Amino acid sequence: MTMTNSETKADRISGTRLGYRFNIIGMVGLSVILFWALIAIFAPLIIPYPVGEIVDLDYFGPMSRDFWLGSDYLGRDMLSRILMGARYTVGISLAAVTIACFSGVMLGMFAAVAGGWLDTVLSRFLDALNSIPSKLFGLVVVAAVGSSIPVLILTLSVIYIPGAYRFARALAVNINAMDFITVARIRGESTLYLIRSEILPNIVGPVLADLGIRFVFIVLLLSGLSFLGLGVQPPYADWGALVRENIGGLPFGAPAVMAPSFAIASLTISVNLLIDNLPKKIRDRSE
Amino acid sequence: MVNLVEIRDLKVEATTDSGRRVEIINGVSFDIAEGEIVALIGESGSGKTTIALTLMGHARPGCRISGGSVSVAGKDMVTLSEKQRARVRGTEVTYVPQSAAAAFNPATTIMDQVIEVTRIHGIMSSDEARARAVDLFRALSLPEPETIGRRYPHQVSGGQLQRLSAAMALIGDPKLVIFDEPTTALDVTTQIEVLRAFKSVMKKGGIAGVYVSHDLAVVAQIADRIVVLKGGETKEIGTTEEILNGAKHPYTRELLAAFEPKPRGAAGAAESGPAPLLEIENLIAGYGQVQADGLPLVRAVEHVSLKVEKGRNLGIIGESGCGKSTLARTIAGILPAAVGKIVFDGKELGRSARERSRDELREMQIVFQYADTALNPAKSVEDILARPLTFYHGMNAKARSARIDELLDMVRLPRNLRHRRPGELSGGQKQRVNFARALAADPKLILCDEITSALDTVVAAAVIDLLKELQRELGLSYIFISHDLSVVESICDEIVVMYGGRKVEEISPAKIKTPEHPYSQLLFSSVPRLDPTWLDGLEQDPELVRAYRQR
Amino acid sequence: MNNRVLSLVLSRLLIALITLVIVSFAVFFATTLLPGDTATILLGQAATPEAVEGLRKAMHLDDPAIFRFLRWIVGLLQGDLGTSYANEMPVADLIGGRFINTLQLAGVTALFSVPIALTLGITAAMLRGSLYDRAVTVLTIGVISVPEFMIATSAVLIFAVYLKWLPALSFANEVTSLTELLRIYAMPVITLTFVISAQMIRMTRAAVIETLNTPYVEMALLKGASRPRIVFRHALPNALGPIVNAVALSLSYLLGGVIIVETIFNYPGIAKLMVDAVATRDLPLIQSCAMIFCLGYLLLITAADIIAILSNPRLR
Repeated sequence: MTMTNSETKADRISGTRLGYRFNIIGMVGLSVILFWALIAIFAPLIIPYPVGEIVDLDYFGPMSRDFWLGSDYLGRDMLSRILMGARYTVGISLAAVTIACFSGVMLGMFAAVAGGWLDTVLSRFLDALNSIPSKLFGLVVVAAVGSSIPVLILTLSVIYIPGAYRFARALAVNINAMDFITVARIRGESTLYLIRSEILPNIVGPVLADLGIRFVFIVLLLSGLSFLGLGVQPPYADWGALVRENIGGLPFGAPAVMAPSFAIASLTISVNLLIDNLPKKIRDRSE
Repeated sequence: MVNLVEIRDLKVEATTDSGRRVEIINGVSFDIAEGEIVALIGESGSGKTTIALTLMGHARPGCRISGGSVSVAGKDMVTLSEKQRARVRGTEVTYVPQSAAAAFNPATTIMDQVIEVTRIHGIMSSDEARARAVDLFRALSLPEPETIGRRYPHQVSGGQLQRLSAAMALIGDPKLVIFDEPTTALDVTTQIEVLRAFKSVMKKGGIAGVYVSHDLAVVAQIADRIVVLKGGETKEIGTTEEILNGAKHPYTRELLAAFEPKPRGAAGAAESGPAPLLEIENLIAGYGQVQADGLPLVRAVEHVSLKVEKGRNLGIIGESGCGKSTLARTIAGILPAAVGKIVFDGKELGRSARERSRDELREMQIVFQYADTALNPAKSVEDILARPLTFYHGMNAKARSARIDELLDMVRLPRNLRHRRPGELSGGQKQRVNFARALAADPKLILCDEITSALDTVVAAAVIDLLKELQRELGLSYIFISHDLSVVESICDEIVVMYGGRKVEEISPAKIKTPEHPYSQLLFSSVPRLDPTWLDGLEQDPELVRAYRQR
Repeated sequence: MNNRVLSLVLSRLLIALITLVIVSFAVFFATTLLPGDTATILLGQAATPEAVEGLRKAMHLDDPAIFRFLRWIVGLLQGDLGTSYANEMPVADLIGGRFINTLQLAGVTALFSVPIALTLGITAAMLRGSLYDRAVTVLTIGVISVPEFMIATSAVLIFAVYLKWLPALSFANEVTSLTELLRIYAMPVITLTFVISAQMIRMTRAAVIETLNTPYVEMALLKGASRPRIVFRHALPNALGPIVNAVALSLSYLLGGVIIVETIFNYPGIAKLMVDAVATRDLPLIQSCAMIFCLGYLLLITAADIIAILSNPRLR
């Protein structure tokens, strides 16, 4: 009942001025994402305490007026550390997802249009890469080369290239089977033209949604690796690393343990909500 | 006489994407007497299936019966509860779907599904039901009636499935059967058998029926009365006789006119120039791995030779799977031929489009059946038409814009349509844009692959007229591929009949009444005519039918 | 007809085999060719160049990579997993018991999560659009959007810290009674069940909804079939393949979850062993663990594909 009510209300609020419909759940998702994006950019300007400084006499301090999210295992301000952590979590994930999706989508479209043995070899190889569980892949790479931010970004993107490739290739194969591609081919168009002008405009929507989902996966994997101590290394700390640092506070129910987890959840759930409730273009066939 | 069905002021609402409600059926009323077959005829979007489904109290997801009454044997299907409706479905009113292939559950045997109605409603014992099903299979002249029920749906042909779904509808001894375009997906030679089977079973049992179709000629064979629908409203109701011979409503007359064979008319005086525009010799093409003899595993086109003179049109006709579309793709170089020569305008062409020069590609254009997939949905009409202008003619923006206006004029589309995307156009408009894109190349030959098959009759007739007109103006030639004899007849100077990948006969439209090859005879005689006595009077050699009816 | 199924299954198995070779290649090269000299690591920074050189010879580190790869593969096939760098024990001995522990954890989790997830997924699909369906959907999105460690820490916080029902940490070697055993397994199993059930529910629901939208389900409705009959006779038999497929795929998520869960609960399984091995850069141990995980993962997704082929009625 309440759901339907809020939905109709959302219609009224967002209106249909541009011929798009955007419901309230999607808007909430978008605002949380924008919030964290702004935090990631401006964190150094707004943190109440320097991140490395021990400011609370107590460790694992509770939430208080001075320390909104309590203090960590050394007595540092948790809020400041989370705000700064956003930079690493959001920044690294964004960089990785951009690389992963860009390369995956390019390769996928190319494989679909080129077809033949090139497609087979590329697909087989990337599928094989895909059958290494992602966390395991991370573990192995970190074991071999150690962990640094560039290595993390690169590893995360390599892990998610096969997925992005597979997704884009499947879409592109469908489009490639359409007659308008045949028409363009026998017009004598080049592969590059086919990819850029005929296929890309038709898959860009789903690809962006896929990028969002992959962003969530990357945030989760990065946090997981950091939680295992294999991700972002001290003195820097992303949200996963913050949970690891403060896991000792778990038996006391210290806010320092759960607060970074909630930060992660707020970001990933928002992205999922946004994707499920993207603005819809209104198509009324009945004039 | 008491009517079995009385529909009064029926209204159905649909919810659009934006959540707005629109009436898709606005106040339709008609009756069906006991044992009478009434046809609902109209083009796509006329609401004919929607109305038929309300007879079972059913509305597809997103739709809702919003007013009026649908009384079937004294019960108002609109006001019944879902449980009460379920009791009527399968026993009093039954349904034969358009695509039986999709309507059969792939996981269970045919017999289980045919007799399911008796199980649901507890009508009779399983053994009785099975015996009755076999009787029905026999009455519907299905092969191997004793054992066909043991098979799974994917193991029998489309025409047989369609008849099996009729058995499924008849087993509960219904008072009313709804046929929803049951022969639309079938080839003409198969359609005849299915129609005959339906007609005899219905007449024998004295069962009333609703026959939903867009094809007047098919309907004429089976219906007692016809309801003409357009845009969710009744345009005309009358007996089959009245509608065919004395239609009053202009829309009905338009439908009928689209059926009139329009002979080719003054055939562009065969410029018997020195060389034909296109000459094909001994073409072999197909799919699958290339065998030791250099031929593909599955050969769809075998040893086909043909000729197209300048300014004249060639029709290629045949049923699904006869290789006509493959032939078109081979000529266009989409599927390179394995063997054979293609000589176009005096030059031998490369077998694959990749081996042809840009000018060679430009002069031969192909237009596909489904404008939906032939036009890039992400581009505007303007962009779609502009590309060949840039690509082949190197036009600048100004010249392009002027030429796009010309092209839109040529295909009789308003100029302001150029900013729209294909999704915002109607089916006929899309097909015109599709054609305009081919014209943009300034071709000498256009291959038309079933370009009117996906269109409603009236729209298709207009497109054909347009094609003829453009030919007069531009001196084009067409190769016209179709399964529809009347279309080919109306536009072509020469007709090639294909069967099993081979060309079986070449014939001129003048001699179309007297084909020589037995397959052509069978095919041509199977095309329904606008004459209610046609089916009953039709005699086909059963040997011939058996020999050529594939699947 | 059956030949077609057989050839499809065989080709799927062949693909799995090729994939396994590529994967073992990737694992081997990632761990040995990337920077960081093994001999130096083993002997420490203070070792003399002669000692390092000697060790390199002894370990065949100067041989071409492809030979070392082949030697490694042949060893694996003969059951020789190599010797741990860290404590010089055979890797096989280190892994043995812990592998069983992990299998137990995974088995118990599957036992719980599969029935729960299938029930929730199928009922949600049947009641699509209802409040119940929405609640299930929101809950599953929530669970798959958060990291595994958050579910684990929340479980500890709720059951161990606030309710004090269960111990926070588990040590499988100190089990003395059945109740003890239950208490020890409870937390890891609860966490893992949450993680994989969410995936399974989503996929099951999608599979059932897809079959509910088919024309043959509408046909059953138009035959007057009741709702349970439509679902159980027409929708579910056709959704069975996709559902089993979903189960197999979801179980493969266990592998990711188990790494976090074993670490957080100190569970003596193979994943914990591997995480520790990464900390000490014990390459032979990492390679073997990685291969076991990849093999398990590959088995599951191959099984999923084969089930999808076998359950397609059109191939019967």
